[in-house]
Amino acid sequence: MPKDNGIGASPKRREDVRFLSGTGNYTDDIQVNGQAYVHFLRSDIAHAKINGIDLDAASAMPGVIKIFTGADFEGVGGIPCGWQITDRHGEPMQEPAHPVLAQGKVRYVGDQIAAVVAESVEQARDAAEAIEVDLEELPAVVDMKAALADGATKVHDDLTSNLCYDWGFVEENKPAVDAAFEAAAHVTTLELRNNRLVANPMEPRVAIGDFNRATGDSTLYTTSQNPHVIRLLMGAFVLGIPEHKLRVVAPDVGGGFGTKIFHYAEEAFCTFAAKSLNRAVKWTSTRSEAFISDAHGRDHVTKIELALDAENNFTAVRTDTHANMGAYLSTFAPSVPTWLHGTLMAGNYKTPLIYVNVKAVFTNTVPVDAYRGAGRPEATFQLERVVDKAARELGVDPIALRRQNFITEFPYATPVAVEYDTGDYHGTMDALENMADISGFEARRKASEARGKLRGFGVNCYIEACGIAPSNLVGQLGARAGLYESATVRVNATGGLVVMTGSHSHGQGHETSFPQVIAEMIGIDESMVEIVHGDTANTPMGMGTYGSRSIAVGGSAMVRATEKIIAKAKKIAAHLMEAADADIELKDGAFSVAGTDKSVAWGDVTLAAYVPHNYPLEDIEPGLEETAFYDPANFTYPSGAYACEVEVDPETGKVTIEAFNAADDFGNIINPMIVDGQVHGGIGQGIGQALLENAAYDENGQLLSASYMDYAMPRASDVPFYGVDHSSQTPCTHNPLGVKGCGEAGAIGSPPAVINAVVDALRSGGHDIHHIDMPVSPSRVWQAMNG
Amino acid sequence: MYNFDFEKPSTIADAVSALGTEDAQALAGGQTLLPTMKQRLASPSKLVSLNGIAEMQGICTGDDGALCIGGATTHADVAAGAGAYPGLAGLAAGIGDPAVRARGTIGGSLANNDPSACYPAGALASGATLVTNAREIAADDYFQGMFTTALDEGEILTEVRFPVPEASNYQKFEQPASRFALVGVFVAKFADGVRVAVTGASEEGVFRWTEAETALSGNFSAEAIADMAPGSDGMISDLHGTAAYRAHLVGVLTRRAVTAAG
Repeated sequence: MPKDNGIGASPKRREDVRFLSGTGNYTDDIQVNGQAYVHFLRSDIAHAKINGIDLDAASAMPGVIKIFTGADFEGVGGIPCGWQITDRHGEPMQEPAHPVLAQGKVRYVGDQIAAVVAESVEQARDAAEAIEVDLEELPAVVDMKAALADGATKVHDDLTSNLCYDWGFVEENKPAVDAAFEAAAHVTTLELRNNRLVANPMEPRVAIGDFNRATGDSTLYTTSQNPHVIRLLMGAFVLGIPEHKLRVVAPDVGGGFGTKIFHYAEEAFCTFAAKSLNRAVKWTSTRSEAFISDAHGRDHVTKIELALDAENNFTAVRTDTHANMGAYLSTFAPSVPTWLHGTLMAGNYKTPLIYVNVKAVFTNTVPVDAYRGAGRPEATFQLERVVDKAARELGVDPIALRRQNFITEFPYATPVAVEYDTGDYHGTMDALENMADISGFEARRKASEARGKLRGFGVNCYIEACGIAPSNLVGQLGARAGLYESATVRVNATGGLVVMTGSHSHGQGHETSFPQVIAEMIGIDESMVEIVHGDTANTPMGMGTYGSRSIAVGGSAMVRATEKIIAKAKKIAAHLMEAADADIELKDGAFSVAGTDKSVAWGDVTLAAYVPHNYPLEDIEPGLEETAFYDPANFTYPSGAYACEVEVDPETGKVTIEAFNAADDFGNIINPMIVDGQVHGGIGQGIGQALLENAAYDENGQLLSASYMDYAMPRASDVPFYGVDHSSQTPCTHNPLGVKGCGEAGAIGSPPAVINAVVDALRSGGHDIHHIDMPVSPSRVWQAMNG
Repeated sequence: MYNFDFEKPSTIADAVSALGTEDAQALAGGQTLLPTMKQRLASPSKLVSLNGIAEMQGICTGDDGALCIGGATTHADVAAGAGAYPGLAGLAAGIGDPAVRARGTIGGSLANNDPSACYPAGALASGATLVTNAREIAADDYFQGMFTTALDEGEILTEVRFPVPEASNYQKFEQPASRFALVGVFVAKFADGVRVAVTGASEEGVFRWTEAETALSGNFSAEAIADMAPGSDGMISDLHGTAAYRAHLVGVLTRRAVTAAG
């Protein structure tokens, strides 16, 4: 019988009651007494010199409090980058200044020229239209390869070129990799683009700066996945406010997908302006603004080569990638194409030699940073596409070729610097084959053909590095932050618990799943546990939620803190029952003395901790509250095998997803229903990338798909009912829950399956096609079929 | 959105009078106008709502058998109430989503004449008569290019009269993002010939594909236009499809419409 409480149960998400009934408390729901509103005047030109800004007319407009420009931020820090990459020659990356408001130049459509603070949003907007800006248009740098050509216009005049870094990994392996290609029996080459995406969380970004003149304290309410990170970056690097004078609150957040990790100029502006004006200042992004101010994702152009020996064993992988940084370095941008991408290029395979080259490039486009999966989807896509192409070139079954090359022994040290602790790639592939009814495919293909449609089947594997991350390791790799997580567990006198976690839930369901862990550990009902997150004033310093890290890192911190609670509670129980500490057992919410019928309830012990009349005060303090910081020993390595079945209408090129099956190994699972939901959502986003989504720029640096009229988001009718299986579980060996994380898997594992299936379908129709770039829109498919 | 005045007259005459103000603008369902105003791309001094005018609502059958649809009738009402003209009811049922269909109106769509809208194809293929407060305009004279019609400033589209064909069908191939017609083809077979109107494809807006009309008037079957497609000159080319792709789709969708019309 399924459990109804604790680890492995699937209670409904308690937070959904407020999310679905319109009673959540999102940042835009917060009204600070006397708040003013800011509207940002953004550049509609991709690259221009600012010759002058005339504020006279605008400043006289009704309701205007003050108009800020870049000049007001001279002497104020710029938006920092949180990760420094060292290039293949040992030099640090080129790192441009990133002012809060543009100084001297605008560098992308959306760059902030001025900020109008007024009594109402409409007044601010009216005044912004009256600002006269003299912009001298410069050639826009859009194409990455052209950006690196000699004599190319520079996005940043004070840098030597548009090259942020030229990264080689592992540089010392390059000669051996090249030699392996010389010796290969077969080499498969593929050139592809990983399309640029806009994250499009349902809730656009919002920031409210507030300043308390009496205390001198600043508060920022913001749509963030990691309020402590924002507090540190903005306080220390931009505004010079120490943490104890700065509070950052990220209340209910309506989806992040990575784009709410980063510290944005709007947050710094509102905090700065609130102090400057002694009034709260609120900014609410419009959807149109979100398209040109939220960090974008992906945008890699890659050439990948796979070398095989005569027995079809993979002998080497070599890649050459251009990664778009956009106009400035967003918070974690440099890490995405490097450490979150290069380290995953072994995939599920025992390829002995790998070399990854990444050139990160500045362009006059919106900054690019982590988006669900962040680097790992880019790695998975190219690897699983080239393996599929190799199978076709060699005339072997794509699944058999993968199985032949699977890593089977763990731990496994890859040639790209990471060590997989556990996995069972044949296990997930077995589960996938069972779900996907491969033997019935030919009959389904014939049925499709009878209706004039082409049918294709595509499969792929994935591996990801989650549970980010061991602090000492990432420090060596250039991170300017630690990546531990924290939890304070506070037990109240009557036995209920509050967990103050540094993790942040913006759709993940922590308020439901985290209590399940504690309920399991103590043997109490989940309803006795409440989760507090998102406010630096009442949670311990934490690093937030991204990289599928919350249960693996944040959950582990909570386990460690709860272990301390239990250890102390046992001492109290031992005192109450006049027994030795070592003899106390905790089961089903009661402490007992081993081998006796003596027992005290959880609530009796917690009450004793706060009403210490009969209490070992000489040995332990009253109270029951513990904090733990957990720093993981390694990444976790979720893995899986996905299959997609598509139909292509050869007359129109339209692709429909007929079936999608996903077999994942997430290690142990806390709440299977939530895991299913995470996989469903991730696959939905992956299908969105594969079929629909495309942040496309023209040669002038104008975003062509800058609204939902042109940016196609996946809808319910675009996706099938998914088959999901996570029965193959190889627990993580280095965290106390044995969990691996599930948030990004769907988005990482699904795009190659879709494209592999589309290519399979087209080839079945006699089209000699090896690749179509995402999104495989009807017009692109038709174009591919018709030359 | 900028400030504006608002009036909701109950007669056509009052609406015409209200629209006499400089920069006044008629408001039908608002499915295009209101988003445009929110984007500050339009700034009418006054909005004159046409939704309170009873004589512009509803569907009836004229003496000549034509289906007469009031200009302020919503897409949802046409979808539900134009059973006498299944091709047109089907077109209305496929516009936008339920929220759009509940607010958007046939008159608003035809007055706006978006090059990707569905109704222009239905009206042109039907040889509809567009009735205004001042006159009657044949569909062939009404559509004059993207967002351009024969309507004068302040002129209100009060009714559209659709001759009901023997057979008809509308095929829309949706643009993946907006779900407007990347290409839409309406085929209407009348006793005296076939009319084929195409939306979404041309830089000149909705147009009649006369070559196909001729072929289909002689033989109303997909085979009659088996390998036919209009030329790609003047077709729209954008992020979602090249001119050649759109021209190709016109052929495909016309064949499908003919087959579906039966």
